Amino acid sequence: MPESDALTLPAPFLRWFAEKGWRPRAHQLELLSRAEGGESTLLIAPTGAGKTLAGFLPSLVDLTRRGKIPPGSAFVGIHTLYISPLKALAVDIERNLTKPVSEMGLPVRIENRTGDTPQGKRQRQKLNPPDLLLTTPEQLALLIADGEAERFFKVLRYVVLDELHSLVTSKRGHLLALGLARLRRLAPGLQTIGLSATVAEPMELQRWLVGQPPGERNHAGLITVSGGAKPEISILRGENHVPWAGHSARYAIPDVYAAIKQHGTTLLFVNTRSQAEMLFQELWTINDDNLPIALHHGSLDVAQRRKVEAAMAENRLRAVVATSTLDLGIDWGDVDLVVHVGAPKGASRLAQRIGRANHRMDEPSRAILVPANRFEVMECQAALDANYIGAQDTPPVGRGALDVLAQHVLGMACARPFDAVELHDEITTAAPYADLSWETFERVVDLVATGGYALRTYERYARIRKTKEGLWRVSNPMVAQQYRLNVGTIVESPMLNVRMVKRNARGSLGRGGMPLGKVEEYFLEMLSPGDTFLFSGKVLRFEGIRENECLVSQAFSFDPKVPSYAGGKFPLSTYLAAQVRQMLADPTRRAALPDQVRDWLVLQGDISMLPREDELLIETFPRGSRHYMVSYAFEGRLAHQTLGMLLTRRLDRAGLKPLGFVATDYSLAVWALDDLGAAFRERAPSLAQLFDEDMLGDDLEAWLNESFLLKRTFRTCAVIAGLIDQRHPGKEKTGRQVTVSADLIYDVLRMHEPDHILLEATRNDAAAGLLDIGRLGSMLKRIKGHITHRQLDRISPLAVPVMLEIGRESVHGEAQDFLLTEAAADELINEAMGIGHGAGE
Amino acid sequence: MHRLLHATSAPATGAFFQARTMVNGIAGICDPLGGLFLPDTRTLVVSDLHLEKGSAFARRGMMLPPYDTLATLRILEAIILRHDPATVISLGDNFHDRRGSAAMPDSFRQMIAAMARGRDWIWINGNHDPDGTSGLPGASMDELRHAGLVFRHEPSMVDGLGEIAGHLHPSATVKRRERFIRRACFATDGSRLLMPAFGVTTGGLDLRHRAMGGLFERERLVAHMLGRDRIYSVRFANLLG
Repeated sequence: MPESDALTLPAPFLRWFAEKGWRPRAHQLELLSRAEGGESTLLIAPTGAGKTLAGFLPSLVDLTRRGKIPPGSAFVGIHTLYISPLKALAVDIERNLTKPVSEMGLPVRIENRTGDTPQGKRQRQKLNPPDLLLTTPEQLALLIADGEAERFFKVLRYVVLDELHSLVTSKRGHLLALGLARLRRLAPGLQTIGLSATVAEPMELQRWLVGQPPGERNHAGLITVSGGAKPEISILRGENHVPWAGHSARYAIPDVYAAIKQHGTTLLFVNTRSQAEMLFQELWTINDDNLPIALHHGSLDVAQRRKVEAAMAENRLRAVVATSTLDLGIDWGDVDLVVHVGAPKGASRLAQRIGRANHRMDEPSRAILVPANRFEVMECQAALDANYIGAQDTPPVGRGALDVLAQHVLGMACARPFDAVELHDEITTAAPYADLSWETFERVVDLVATGGYALRTYERYARIRKTKEGLWRVSNPMVAQQYRLNVGTIVESPMLNVRMVKRNARGSLGRGGMPLGKVEEYFLEMLSPGDTFLFSGKVLRFEGIRENECLVSQAFSFDPKVPSYAGGKFPLSTYLAAQVRQMLADPTRRAALPDQVRDWLVLQGDISMLPREDELLIETFPRGSRHYMVSYAFEGRLAHQTLGMLLTRRLDRAGLKPLGFVATDYSLAVWALDDLGAAFRERAPSLAQLFDEDMLGDDLEAWLNESFLLKRTFRTCAVIAGLIDQRHPGKEKTGRQVTVSADLIYDVLRMHEPDHILLEATRNDAAAGLLDIGRLGSMLKRIKGHITHRQLDRISPLAVPVMLEIGRESVHGEAQDFLLTEAAADELINEAMGIGHGAGE
Repeated sequence: MHRLLHATSAPATGAFFQARTMVNGIAGICDPLGGLFLPDTRTLVVSDLHLEKGSAFARRGMMLPPYDTLATLRILEAIILRHDPATVISLGDNFHDRRGSAAMPDSFRQMIAAMARGRDWIWINGNHDPDGTSGLPGASMDELRHAGLVFRHEPSMVDGLGEIAGHLHPSATVKRRERFIRRACFATDGSRLLMPAFGVTTGGLDLRHRAMGGLFERERLVAHMLGRDRIYSVRFANLLG
């Protein structure tokens, strides 16, 4: 060991490294020395580079020098706060850190605090804090909203932020940035250490880590660890036919099973819960060797998830099917192979998931990609190319959301009465809120106090009020209680517990039974008693809803009515989309594709054409009694959905009677009663007019206001901002009944106060998120003057995948009434009614 | 949204489609704005207005928009203008809570007074507002027998013949080509009728819910669903389920 190590590290560390036959890595020492020099630092390193130990080394060294605190000493607050995006990660890190700490015999107490921590332990932690507290952004929000926050964080020296790249891009990141701003005020000497995978814009993270003075940009230091062994990634090449569409990858199950058999431990990643359920079930159908294969996703009961995690850590499993819940930094022990079923949708996400295999930097990870359909074959190939060239597609840090700010403002009032000017100053030190104007801040405070309405009728019900001294304080303790129950930015659709029950001899349902997890209420609304569906790896029979629970029984069937979720929840990344377009345009890039897929593309060339990279291909063709238009924009499902909405409006105005549309990541199909192809040929309207950028003006505005997407976004904003409670004091158990309909509130608010700050926040969110306006805009710009129309007499090979999606998506607005008309018409046709009623008058 | 927009733009007469119905031999018209008109006695029935719901929530710390009362009253104005009833019956849960009617701003009180001018107005008491109304025109009562029908808030489990009731906020879902459309509805089997909720921020309960069990003869049950400017009548058997 070189002498410089000895200079930096206390003796127990040196002994421990020597016993293990290891030596500290350069970046670990570098981070330590910068931290001791008072600098906040961002560490970018690949998985397996010893990032976690690096992050904690400054704290452990500092605490070792401090020594043990004698019993009976005065209160000592938290020394180091570790924040991770996942509860499971916080728990896992505690396990991994406790081991070396006890081996070295360091005088350091480590504890975690998550939503699952029992009340008693939380109370004790407040009275007698550990040195290192491992927690989540939501728990931090609760801690700083506590009256004791000042005392608790007074001597806080380090905040370690794990998986920073994934935290900062979401509203949780905004909440955390605000929390950090408060911590910097409570403990002015505070330093941050950010741990991150490789990202496109490290400067943004460096800025995020430190306080921003007015009008300036401050940045934390940066340490980058490059390298790591190149992963060995392949695309599954089975004997079986790759399907045209769908997301199940059922065709590949035997090959996937064979791969599991050949490896010690395999992690299988999928994009959605339903894919996980299906894959798990399919694997067990052919699991003749009874390999221990488990299932893990966020909707499963906590106890079940913990069991799987523990079994995995002890190497008792051969395979785990998982969704994104686990794709962050949890240490799984020895994973030999990662199988990714379905397209990864983004190169960075893929890199991270693959990083789960072989958590050691010097050994290559092994991964197999299993595309579920032919477009995904191209996408997987593109992702594979991208991983080798280290391409990045992490989304940028967004501007701080106003609903999150409202939640934080209420939290700060719960901690202690605040001065508005001081709080505004504090908030603008957080990078995402650096540009927050005083005027907007005031409107947010007003939103918190009385709902922020122009009609000022709620003054007497205000949640926070200004005291004589000019400080804002909470009106009553119930407000703080309400805040604590509803903290956080993760708003789920209303969920019901799923409970397994048995039918007794008389055929009625028994009580009790095992809880299996949670499902969305909207999903259950579509089920009738007797329907079967897949959940928790079982085929279940829906029995009905009792109070807040969905009752199910074991179904003796292997053919469940599987929930049809359209695609993954992540849209195709811009980078991968561009790669797929290139692949279509360039025959040499297609060389690596399997024969079936190449043949499919050749056939497409014969029947229609393959678009050039910058070209937008539009095909029109008749089918049944409808006329279809398919556009191959490759901009991801969200942007395509928005495009679909806007095009339907325009086609409607042109009198072409559009009936509906369906969007995938790759293309968009619109159908109408009139011959769209003929209309475009006669330039009534021309495709250039139809796809003109001006659709993002008035049409967008008009549609936005009625969009169901906006309603969904509004619900999220209203819950985060505290306008609608997810949970109400004393009513926790009956959340379903107290929840008011956000849709109805949205309608009323839009009608009477369209400029309300929450509607503004909703529109901003929707434009950036669900609508993907930015991406649609750059697409419309790109294809200007490059639209090619092919008028076909039948469906083209490239159109098949999107056409197969028709019928799986729901329609909203106008089209609903159209369908209702049909339903009512059927009524008339079917048979004469037994009672006197008819439609129309 | 449908009723909100329509009520403010719809003329008193003109293009809208209602559904005729019969309850215990009495003719009724289901209006897409959410009210039942009985032409023989020129009686308009509305139910579950839930006025002052926003302020009721605000009092408990949830600052819902204070515009729901106005929006509901505007629709009520529109439907009254359309049918010019001699009698208006509001079937209970007229206010979202006991304090609502006393706490309602005067401007709304005046709107109701203007609507009630020259008409009989009956407030049936509901479970949310069992104490009746204060400072409003008309009479409060728990139940009314009128023109061969019984008007009460909660449907009776023992005596449903000729009953017009509210309380349950019925809604119905149809499935067309894998799509689900859910709307508030009138529900009737010819012997009793359940009213849709009239208040703009009141949600619905599906006709298949067990709370609806035992109220209707399902073979004859029809859901008159509220559409944009017409009623869509669908038999229970053809609803989702």
